[in-house]
Amino acid sequence: MTVSAFVPLLLSAAKKMSIPTMLLQLTEAFGVSLLIFSFTLLGALPLGMIVYFGKKSRIAPLRWFVNGYISVMRGTPLMLQLIVVYFAPNLVFHLTLPSNWRMIAVVIAFIINYAAYFAEIYRAGIESIPVGQYEAAQVLGYSKGQTFFKIILPQMVKRVIPPVTNEIITLVKDTSLSSAIAVMEMFTLAKKIANSPGSPGMITLFAAGVFYYVFNYLVAFVMRRIEKRLDYFE
Amino acid sequence: MNILNMEHIQKSFADNHVIKDISLKVDQGEVVSIIGPSGSGKSTLLRCATLLETIGGGTLSYLGEKAAWEENGKVVYSKNLKEIRRRFGLVFQNFNLFPHYSVLKNVMDAPVSVLKRDRKEVREEALALLEKMGLADKADTYPDQLSGGQKQRVSIVRALAMKPEILFFDEPTSALDPELTGEVLKVIKQLAEEKMTMVIVTHEMSFARAVSDRVIFIDGGHIVEQGRPEDLFGDTQNERTRQFLQNYNR
Repeated sequence: MTVSAFVPLLLSAAKKMSIPTMLLQLTEAFGVSLLIFSFTLLGALPLGMIVYFGKKSRIAPLRWFVNGYISVMRGTPLMLQLIVVYFAPNLVFHLTLPSNWRMIAVVIAFIINYAAYFAEIYRAGIESIPVGQYEAAQVLGYSKGQTFFKIILPQMVKRVIPPVTNEIITLVKDTSLSSAIAVMEMFTLAKKIANSPGSPGMITLFAAGVFYYVFNYLVAFVMRRIEKRLDYFE
Repeated sequence: MNILNMEHIQKSFADNHVIKDISLKVDQGEVVSIIGPSGSGKSTLLRCATLLETIGGGTLSYLGEKAAWEENGKVVYSKNLKEIRRRFGLVFQNFNLFPHYSVLKNVMDAPVSVLKRDRKEVREEALALLEKMGLADKADTYPDQLSGGQKQRVSIVRALAMKPEILFFDEPTSALDPELTGEVLKVIKQLAEEKMTMVIVTHEMSFARAVSDRVIFIDGGHIVEQGRPEDLFGDTQNERTRQFLQNYNR
């Protein structure tokens, strides 16, 4: 990442770091956080649906596997999962990994972790839809696929927006866990800057907090708008 | 020809024999009301007829084609259920309209996406049906903005848009305020005058009496008595029927 390139420079330079420079560097590193955030959502939102289907599958071994997966993802720290995804392929399977593996590992770990939570949220949403909706669709001759995509899914989407918003907000903050495998996203950098001589110190961490807060405020705002857009039906 | 033919239908939920042995034939243009106390099996019978429940025994056919029958002591269902489903419609007690679709889309969607009919043609028919049911101005409204009576009328239109041979009603007014039942019953009465074949499970005795060609009283999973409404309501010889009807005549 471009940001990591000038971090050593900062540390070696004995001169003082101004607050604007610090903010600039945080902004740039926040780009990395956003990258993790976006890729995770792009991957985990649809993967959650697939996981849900797996959980509901008629094939018992698939069901067991999916239940085990969800249980492990929810039952162990994300930070540990990051470490496992990052180190296991090389240490356990002796794979040769691409140079940008650090970033790929982060995104993989986040996606598989969040997909487990999304799958459970989807399940709750789908199960909350009255059985009468399925029956009406069946009597009208809708196929199983049509029933799901035309009748159930749109209603489910509306119902899961509040819990999905919660998860998305948590995800924004969780990107900071990437520091466990030294990915130079914003929080990792903020800690580094705060600890270096000549830096603006603690204010750096405060600034990082403001970044998260503002972005999450935006997330909540956008989600609220989407929710409003779906207010035309009950 | 019989539109619907149910022969020796049985249905149990675990040890609970909800339908013990019921046979029911419905002719074209006939209006049949099914009455009976709660838990008598009348709604279950309707759910069996509309393939929402599997039968435990007996034969079910539409227009002479078997939908379900017994083979070596086991019930088998036809491979042709998709076609058979087109022959009947069902109006639910709780409407079960699709809340994310406008009234018009609720009515149009199945004919277009299930029957693959021409959208324009379906739209015209749908609007005409809504007009007929006094819902012309509600086409673009969403279900949650409608009263119960309007919702039920929309769900009747939705069922009619599929052009069923027979229409089932599962207590169509039981979820409605008393003031709203009238507008729904009026619509059903209108359909009866147009010779729509209908089977109506209801607790509205005066309605059943006014609209039906035949009334069936079910209790304990059996048909206790059936006949012309004037006979059954007017002067039943059956003690159980009399006892049941007394609760409504007070």
